[in-house]
Amino acid sequence: MSMFSVFDISGSAMSAQSQRMNVTASNLANADSVAGPDGESYRAKQVLFETRARSNAGLGGVSVREVVEDSSPMRSEYRPEHPLADDQGYVDMPNVDPAAEMVNMISASRSYQANVEVMDTNKQLLLKTLTMGEG
Amino acid sequence: MIDQLDAAFNFHQQALSLRHERQQVLASNIANADTPGYKARDMDFTSALERAMQTAGGGGEGLALEQTASRHLAGQAPALPRGDLLYRVPDQPSLDGNTVDMDRERAQFADNSVRYQAALTFIGRRIQGLKSAMQPE
Repeated sequence: MSMFSVFDISGSAMSAQSQRMNVTASNLANADSVAGPDGESYRAKQVLFETRARSNAGLGGVSVREVVEDSSPMRSEYRPEHPLADDQGYVDMPNVDPAAEMVNMISASRSYQANVEVMDTNKQLLLKTLTMGEG
Repeated sequence: MIDQLDAAFNFHQQALSLRHERQQVLASNIANADTPGYKARDMDFTSALERAMQTAGGGGEGLALEQTASRHLAGQAPALPRGDLLYRVPDQPSLDGNTVDMDRERAQFADNSVRYQAALTFIGRRIQGLKSAMQPE
């Protein structure tokens, strides 16, 4: 491992966590979107993290392997006056769980902060290392 | 003379580069705090440093000077210390197989940063001491 790979590790974690934040924001924004581009209601998305191993020890940064669609059933609401209601008067609402999304958001922002702090500390240490023996 | 200088710095150099390696391990643990199936790693610093000092004293697998003539002097760089990575024993393993305990990792990270700075200060003062010993006064 090179001297500066700490920045790669923390930086990749930061971008992975911010992608998770984006997905959460998209889920919350579309919590009531009953018609997407394909005519179906919005389905909640989730990110899958995986370790980007740089060495055989299994250490390394994080990357988002894929963004998967939540497979939980759509929320059926009885709204007979709705233009998209079916014969029985039910509308398929998105399967977004706002409480779970809020928890996800807080967790992502805390992890992001932790990685920013790690990067900051390492930056200071490396800067001090560069001036070794001068002061 | 030069090999005496090398010996004067050797211990702190080994300690500093082991601290740096541990810093990377802990950064990786913190980065993967949400990755399913990631197992937190760490090293036993004391034994790693002891082993590094033993291998550094007796040559070892470091880079050697190429000798293209019989009257060239032999030279051997000390091997870079490598700590054996162990797995952390989790207090509360989570359901997705991740064993990172954020509180513990953050505490260890802060501890390691301070000790890195300490090693850095030691080596800096050592340089200063040797420098002032070389001043013609």
